[in-house]
Amino acid sequence: MTFAEEKPIYLQIEEKIEDAILAGAFSEESQIPSTTEFSVNYKINPATALKGISLLVDSGIVYKKRGLGMFVCPGAKGIILSKRKKDFFDSYVSTLLSEAKKLNLSRDDIFKMIERGYDNEQN
Amino acid sequence: MSKIEIKNITKTFNDVTALKNVNVNFEENHIYGLLGRNGAGKTTLLNLITGKMFPTSGEILVDGERAIENDRALSKIYCMTELNLYPEKMRVKEAFHWSAGFYPQFDMEYANTLCSQFELKTNQKIKNLSTGYTSIFKIIIALSCGSEIVIFDEPVLGLDANHREMFYKELIQNYSNHPRTFILSTHLIEEVATIIDRVIIIKNGEVIMDDEVQNVLNLGCTVSGPAGAVDQYIAGKKVLGVSTLGGLKSAYLLGQIHDIPNNLEMGKLDLQKLFIQLTNS
Repeated sequence: MTFAEEKPIYLQIEEKIEDAILAGAFSEESQIPSTTEFSVNYKINPATALKGISLLVDSGIVYKKRGLGMFVCPGAKGIILSKRKKDFFDSYVSTLLSEAKKLNLSRDDIFKMIERGYDNEQN
Repeated sequence: MSKIEIKNITKTFNDVTALKNVNVNFEENHIYGLLGRNGAGKTTLLNLITGKMFPTSGEILVDGERAIENDRALSKIYCMTELNLYPEKMRVKEAFHWSAGFYPQFDMEYANTLCSQFELKTNQKIKNLSTGYTSIFKIIIALSCGSEIVIFDEPVLGLDANHREMFYKELIQNYSNHPRTFILSTHLIEEVATIIDRVIIIKNGEVIMDDEVQNVLNLGCTVSGPAGAVDQYIAGKKVLGVSTLGGLKSAYLLGQIHDIPNNLEMGKLDLQKLFIQLTNS
């Protein structure tokens, strides 16, 4: 994995783990890799990995079992989904619109493209 | 757990001032990046820390004790240097044996495990090792020595991409198992940018940066777009440097910016770009 420059790495670690939970790679009530495993695997400072995981603890996505490690909370998927939906406008819609403005695409053009996207999906 | 305090160190060689009033602390539980261009004074600083030379003025304390000619203080530090100071005929395993004599915490089993991992044969003579394997040999001693402060001076010299990857991963694993103070002095900034958590930049013998990597990354940004628009936007701002490509211009700015015009794009400055801008000229 390489890291995008735009975002602090601990936020990217948070996102990676959330993605893995959404994809079902880490299922609810299962153990996730340790801070050390994440930091060795991604070649990042252990403090950075810990910071990313702490964010997940704070938002109720993973929890610590003493002496055992970190586990995915029941209901974690739902929490991530509602968080991501909230972020969807900022991360995708507003960047879409600013790029569209650069290219002189009209509102109608964009609607058509979105419909084309849905059509492609169905085929 | 050990810490190094460098207080007001100046080092001159005849009429050349290699270090000027350097004040830096190396605290426990951090991986430091010691960065600087060739001749900036990195190795001089490391030589002073490890007692290989004496400062012209100022002092160095290890856990509060003066480090000069102090075995107890110096034995807490292991420094992997660029130089090869091993006797002509010495073999790898003999060097391990001697290292264990000087560093009681030396972990022979771990050293041998690393040798098989890196495929270094321990009955080879050190002087017959290639550049890459000489680095690997020194890396293995540094990782195995068990000292509270371990300094890696250009650790990946001559290492291929696979071995560099193995080294960085082993370094993090080792640090996780036994947190202490690691200092990485290297020119390969991109490779260590995510591993170090504090960065010290030396320029012309002076420390120009000593901070957490995350803070340093927030210091600067780039703005690029049509040259005219960039010039207009950066007027009156702190500009580290600019580069142009035809009618396109990028400026490296200190400080975070907001309210950026539509025709300009803003980007982050990574550690290496920032380093280049700060140490140019």
